Amino acid sequence: MLSIVKGLWIVFLHMFRRRVTVQYPEQKPYLAPRWRGRIILSRINGEERCVACYLCAVACPVDCIALQATEDESGRRFPEWFRINFSRCIFCGFCEEACPTYAIQLTPDFEMGEYVRQNLVYEKEDLLIAGPGKYAGYDFYRVAGLAIGGKDKGEGENEAPPRDVRTLLP
Amino acid sequence: MNDTVRSLLIVFILLIASLSVAGMLTWVERRLLGLWQDRYGPNRVGPFGLLQVVADAIKLFFKEDWIPPYADKVVFVLAPAVIMLSVLMSFTVVPFSSSLGVVDLNIGLLFFLGMSSMGVYSVVLGGWASNNKYSLLGGLRASAQMLSYEVFMGLSVSGVVLLAGSFDLRTIVVQQKAVWYCVPQALGLFVFMVAGVAETRRVPFDLPEADSELIAGFHSEYSSMKFGMFFVGEYLGITLVSAIVATLFFGGWLGPFLPPPIWLAIKTFVIVCFFILLRATLPRLRYDQLMGFGWKVMLPLALLNLLVTGAIRLAMG
Ligand code: SF4
Ligand code: SF4
Repeated sequence: MLSIVKGLWIVFLHMFRRRVTVQYPEQKPYLAPRWRGRIILSRINGEERCVACYLCAVACPVDCIALQATEDESGRRFPEWFRINFSRCIFCGFCEEACPTYAIQLTPDFEMGEYVRQNLVYEKEDLLIAGPGKYAGYDFYRVAGLAIGGKDKGEGENEAPPRDVRTLLP
Repeated sequence: MNDTVRSLLIVFILLIASLSVAGMLTWVERRLLGLWQDRYGPNRVGPFGLLQVVADAIKLFFKEDWIPPYADKVVFVLAPAVIMLSVLMSFTVVPFSSSLGVVDLNIGLLFFLGMSSMGVYSVVLGGWASNNKYSLLGGLRASAQMLSYEVFMGLSVSGVVLLAGSFDLRTIVVQQKAVWYCVPQALGLFVFMVAGVAETRRVPFDLPEADSELIAGFHSEYSSMKFGMFFVGEYLGITLVSAIVATLFFGGWLGPFLPPPIWLAIKTFVIVCFFILLRATLPRLRYDQLMGFGWKVMLPLALLNLLVTGAIRLAMG
């Protein structure tokens, strides 16, 4: 009985506590930098990072990433088109984890409401941004031992020039 | 002739006022619950979210009004009307001042007790007509609950009747000029409050509804404005019980400076807030706990109260 009265009193006192509500449209909630929201495709040094390896599409648990790989004349791989269906995406971030080039990244933005469902399908030009996003300084082609236009074998970072193995013979 | 016009006017004003108060109460309740749970509650539509009521009403009216094909149609439609009718009828006996009020019944209190227990028919019939096992369970619980609280509800006000020597609500109020009955009848007030909460089927006695176990119980098959009527009926019921508590125990319209109806409104509002505070605090009782509580605790308390009041009354002559 007494506990009921005590309970009533405590609940009554809550009237004077601070509200916990975030008044959303006027007052934005704090989103951490690693918050998993709208997905972007980043660039490094002005070039697309994505090498169209399909790893993100494979990792995606809801199969909402679709892309087509292609190659330019210098041998550099890139996606011909890249499509994410955000009406299916669950923002799990697996694609970002799978990506070997830091190309695909999730950003702290969730305000993606649309009136037409089709508008939630983002194409490559909607996804691409100008900069490197969260991870600056990593350029896959600069560290990979792959010859592409403007960079031959052995010219990457931390890479020795290739050796003719026959000169090593005893 | 003039009298007829006057009483018709009072009836209309009362009807409109009570219905809009019941509507506003939905907003008050949500704001207060928010306040007591460290949040804001509806504050978007209009100033302070006041127009939320209008938005809700519009939404209810435009919802599909569905009657289940397996339901008993006539009873299904009638059930929500019963609750509105019974509560609105009870409002007629509430005195707003020494001269203001719809009727001046000399058995006003009895009328209230009778009419308010009619409300349970609405719940039982609604649960029965829905032809749904959860609804039926809700209706069943409502009737069992009615059986356990109706007894001590009547007994708890007998103390007041003994002191005032009348069933007339006006007389009861006038008798409280010297001291409000909440002082000599504190026990009666407590018992009546408990019965009142049970009567309106509110937390902690919201067994017939019990969202978490019976999926809204007796009104789970109701939609659109039929559901709205149950809803408004519930809030009308709260207002009614609060107004009756104010009349019986807190001196009704009596009070200095302000006009009498305002005093009644203020007292009623405070008691309504208390009802909402109860809802914000207490969990739902179990079915058997409710019955046990009613018969083993409240009934003896009410009897004791009646006995002591009667003895004192007799001793004082
Ligand atoms: S966040 Fe998850 S669901 Fe969304 S695209 Fe990436 S892997 Fe798929
Ligand atoms: S975004 Fe990353 S994982 Fe997906 S295809 Fe491009 S490089 Fe591969």
